[in-house]
Amino acid sequence: MYRLITAAGLLLLLSGCSSSANWGWYVIDPGTERGWINIRFLLSGFTNTILLSVIAAVLSMALGLMVALPGLSPSRGWRWVNRIYVEFIRSIPLLPMLFWVFYGLPVVLKSVGIKVSIDPFWGAIITLALADSAFTAEIYRAGIESIAKGQREAAQTIGLNRHQTMRYVILPQAIRRILPPLANQFIYIVKMSAFASVIGMQELTRRANELVVTEYRPLELYSFLILEYLVLVLVISQGVRWLERRMKVNER
Amino acid sequence: MQQAAIELVGVNKWFDDFQVLTDIDLTVAPGEKIVVCGPSGSGKSTMVRCINRLERHQSGTIRIDGVELVGDGRDVRGALAEIGMVFQQFNLFPHLTVLENLMLGPVKVRGKKRAEAEAIARRYLDRVHIPEQADKYPGQLSGGQQQRVAIARSLCMEPRIMLFDEPTSALDPEMISEVLDVMVELAGGGMTMIVVTHEMGFARKVADRMIFMDRGRIVEDSPPGPFFSAPASDRCRDFLDRILQH
Ligand SMILES: Nc1ncnc2c1ncn2[C@@H]1O[C@H](COP(=O)(O)OP(=O)(O)O)[C@@H](O)[C@H]1O
Ligand SMILES: [Mg+2]
Repeated sequence: MYRLITAAGLLLLLSGCSSSANWGWYVIDPGTERGWINIRFLLSGFTNTILLSVIAAVLSMALGLMVALPGLSPSRGWRWVNRIYVEFIRSIPLLPMLFWVFYGLPVVLKSVGIKVSIDPFWGAIITLALADSAFTAEIYRAGIESIAKGQREAAQTIGLNRHQTMRYVILPQAIRRILPPLANQFIYIVKMSAFASVIGMQELTRRANELVVTEYRPLELYSFLILEYLVLVLVISQGVRWLERRMKVNER
Repeated sequence: MQQAAIELVGVNKWFDDFQVLTDIDLTVAPGEKIVVCGPSGSGKSTMVRCINRLERHQSGTIRIDGVELVGDGRDVRGALAEIGMVFQQFNLFPHLTVLENLMLGPVKVRGKKRAEAEAIARRYLDRVHIPEQADKYPGQLSGGQQQRVAIARSLCMEPRIMLFDEPTSALDPEMISEVLDVMVELAGGGMTMIVVTHEMGFARKVADRMIFMDRGRIVEDSPPGPFFSAPASDRCRDFLDRILQH
């Protein structure tokens, strides 16, 4: 709630200053034709930001699960595979990884005989999913490991095999601990998707950047951009809260 | 001679280089009730857990109904299916109702129809005297009720052997007897039982044999009469003196 108030306060503060000669809110004044065109141009970035984030999040959840499973194996070798992946991916900053995927990966693929060009959309998605998968993998692993050993043993003594134990005893309990942090992780993906603008992806940040070049009004346009992200993140975090409350109710 | 229900011959077990069990020999006839006691850390839980393979022993032989516990073959799984276990911490599945806890094994392991599994579940809930709790979640029950559900959950798999590892140690004193009563009734029905407990009143009532363990060895193995009146070892006598004072 207090975040909504802060947002409203920020808006008030900014509009209060609009009479000052240093401000140029006309660039996004919906009352003028030019302002309205600019606003529509900025808002149209939402589609791609949301598409990028949702697809990357889904891929990251799938990839993260595949990385988490060897981490739960009794075999040391498999656990090492998990550790190396997580530590390696986690230590690469997003921007270099984006450059590597966008400019480097096609070269690697070509050298093994696969000829694909990676467009900004998929380049960004692959990078976001890859970078985030290290974190989702850790969320899965922690969630599953948090289920007490006694649960597994009780399942074993009534004759459930490993697969059944996972499916009917461990996962249903772990999912309640996994879903809320996973949903939180989605907020990070949304914010990180801004980097896609660097490789030419037409999302929220790219749109704002392009307008700044033609309008010379960085303060107003970037303020608007921040508000766009703020609204998006507020909506998601309300969703996360709702999810957390539901999980609590079911816990008993 | 009759086939033993449980047979341990020269069983040894180590955790890393710490020896938890040393040369354990134990034979339990079908229908026999064994009560195991001994100081904390003497290896009681580990011995019981080796019998149903929650732990693996490193040398010696364990046989259930004549089937030796080695490898993961079908006959080993069949032998283990005859063993039920009740834990100190209940270990009920918190996300399932009482009825669902009881039906999980019959449905998923035995492949029974839901209606049939529910009939079995309700029958055993009656046996442990809490038919009215069927639709509650474990978290809504008292400790004594939870432990009785855990016993019923094991019984739903219709085992011939039941292992109890300090089933009343985590309970408030006023709930101990409701669990022990259920166990006494069970003992009357011909079940083979190994019970780790310090409830000596219960032991006198149901035990055919008393086992005293100390530092990973079986120090005393005798019928309750001589066990309580004239324990052979000093350590057992000291131990009994201490717990019988309360
Ligand atoms: N998983 C384990 N790893 C290492 N040591 C263990 C493990 N389980 C039990 N022990 C040790 O083995 C000894 C016997 O434990 P336990 O069988 O639980 O004894 P009891 O049930 O008689 O109290 C104790 O010293 C305990 O610390
Ligand atoms: Mg113990």
